[in-house]
Amino acid sequence: MRAIFKTDYDQDIRLFKHGGYAWSYGTLLVVVLLAPLLVGAYLQSQLVFVFIYAIVGVGLLILTGFTGQVSLGHAAFLAIGAYTTAYLQRLGVPFLVYLPLSALIAGAVGALVGFPALRLSGIYLVIATIAFGFIVEEIAARWESVTNGNEGMRIKALDLFGFTLGRDGYGFYVVCLALLVAVMLGALNLLRSPTGRAFLAIRDSETAARSMGVNLAVYKVMAFSISAAITGLAGCLYAHKLSFVSPEMFTLLLSLEFIIVIIIGGVGSLHGAVLGSIFVVMVDPFLTLLKDDLPGAIGRLAAGLGASPGGAAGIEDMLSRIGGAPGLKGAIYGIIIIVFILFEPAGLYGRWVKLKLYFQLFPLYKKATFRRQKTYVKSERNR
Amino acid sequence: MLDFIQQLVGGIALGCVYGLIALGFVLIYKATEVVNFAQGDLMMLGGFFAFTFITQLGMNYWVGLPLTVLAMAAFGALVERVVVRPILGYPQFSIVMVTIGLGFLLRSVAGMIWGTDDLQIETPFSGGVARLGALVLGEDKLSVIVATILLCLALWIYFNKTRMGVAMQATSQNMLGAYYMGIPVKRAFSLIWAISAAVAGFAGVLLAPIAFIHTNVGFLGLKAFPAAVLGGFGSIPGALAGGIVIGVVETLSGFYLPEGFKDVAAYILLLVVLMVRPEGLFGLNLHKKV
Repeated sequence: MRAIFKTDYDQDIRLFKHGGYAWSYGTLLVVVLLAPLLVGAYLQSQLVFVFIYAIVGVGLLILTGFTGQVSLGHAAFLAIGAYTTAYLQRLGVPFLVYLPLSALIAGAVGALVGFPALRLSGIYLVIATIAFGFIVEEIAARWESVTNGNEGMRIKALDLFGFTLGRDGYGFYVVCLALLVAVMLGALNLLRSPTGRAFLAIRDSETAARSMGVNLAVYKVMAFSISAAITGLAGCLYAHKLSFVSPEMFTLLLSLEFIIVIIIGGVGSLHGAVLGSIFVVMVDPFLTLLKDDLPGAIGRLAAGLGASPGGAAGIEDMLSRIGGAPGLKGAIYGIIIIVFILFEPAGLYGRWVKLKLYFQLFPLYKKATFRRQKTYVKSERNR
Repeated sequence: MLDFIQQLVGGIALGCVYGLIALGFVLIYKATEVVNFAQGDLMMLGGFFAFTFITQLGMNYWVGLPLTVLAMAAFGALVERVVVRPILGYPQFSIVMVTIGLGFLLRSVAGMIWGTDDLQIETPFSGGVARLGALVLGEDKLSVIVATILLCLALWIYFNKTRMGVAMQATSQNMLGAYYMGIPVKRAFSLIWAISAAVAGFAGVLLAPIAFIHTNVGFLGLKAFPAAVLGGFGSIPGALAGGIVIGVVETLSGFYLPEGFKDVAAYILLLVVLMVRPEGLFGLNLHKKV
């Protein structure tokens, strides 16, 4: 375990706690940049989705993880970003203009949502954001002069400095990665600034934050707006990646998926956004694997272990039936959410931190380090 | 004018459906301060249970209905024991997420067991029509209205007049305080989940002739949220009143406003209510003094 000798208060807010971090994140960046050379076209495409989901995850973390305002309407902000992109691209606006505009418009709408949300907390906020999501979905379906209604809109390939970057190409991969890194660095910077500290204070106790001079209204609206802007940015990329937008893409289920991203990844840290989106995006290829390859493999294994041919075929058949069930993805999501909240509320990142500490402290690690305190419910109605 | 009254009555019938689902939300919230996002999916499960009992096993409707309600009550208690109790006392959002996960799981498992086709059950109310002068109302809808009102009354009495009901309210206000007063908090939790799941099962059976039994019927629960919020989320008569308001607004806006407003009218109303009067129509306006 490395002990850091601190001689300066500034060391507490450095982006990298010590040189080792800079090295490991640098290596990670290089590996991810070179990854398309190693993996196939399908996995490269999934990686782009990981980047896009991670950008949304960072946006949602700023609002939900760090300011404590839960939103189940983030698909709506994604939709606003995606539709802005589609509409402006049709008007012939270049990428470098409509990308920031997607973020700006989503951010402005986020601020508009933030004002009424000031009066709400807890479950009422969740329900209000759900309602907001439905309303945006309906507007997208009905405002036909801009959104082309339920027919949806096609989006041309991204055009940057005269280069055309196809949605499956390496160029688009790098653009998405670069934006993710930029958003991450921006979020890290934000969180170590006074604004970020104010967000954390609001999350931990609104009363305490207020008595320390944090203006709740200003910072909550700011958190909503920043979060929505980042999601709008992701919406621009999302639209390019799918090369098509239509209202039924931005349902409550997508908002839920984003929440699942940060819950599984871990709500306490930006790492969670990336880990969670890897998980959520990779569920699909995993399910395909489960459907196509696993039953055969286990059947062969059973046959190899001496099961009768009929028995092996029976096992194989049963497994492929389970793997092929239509709602399996939902069941996996459901089980995963429940298991994570019951047993690992800090998410994948929390598990990683524990694992790291276990090896650093090797024989001395104690489970009690991370034990949760027992708490009791008190009404939230009386506040 | 007759059109208007007919729409109004249709809206009230629809509103009672929402009210019935909202009742389930309100019960759990009132007793445990937890919002159960899987309420709609419990209702779906109730419908499927009834399908199994009545259509597949060939039972009489009046045997199948109580059996469904009992089975759902047992299921509700089981859910509480397995997934809700371990995280009692953790932030509210954790429990909300668990119930969302539960909803995913129930939908998916129900799809695997019963398939994803529209199912129907034969009920004594199917197809019949009640006439009042020139007004026409399906008997299936009438049964929902009557059942919702009776259930509301019974549950209101339970919460306000019986010992356990009052104890549950205390539990929701301060769990530790309730422990100290000798209230069996854990039993109260199991009981309220059982009651709420039973109400959901009942709703599922009553809705079966109106909406089909289908894995996605639980999404009706999302329409019940505005109803519960409108009524003040902790109030049993409020759930009914909120449901009726939502139902009437939705039906009338479908009839008089341009296409598209019908689906979002409930949510627009919800946002307006949250902005103007966040505690709902019947909610208590309590503020903590710091």
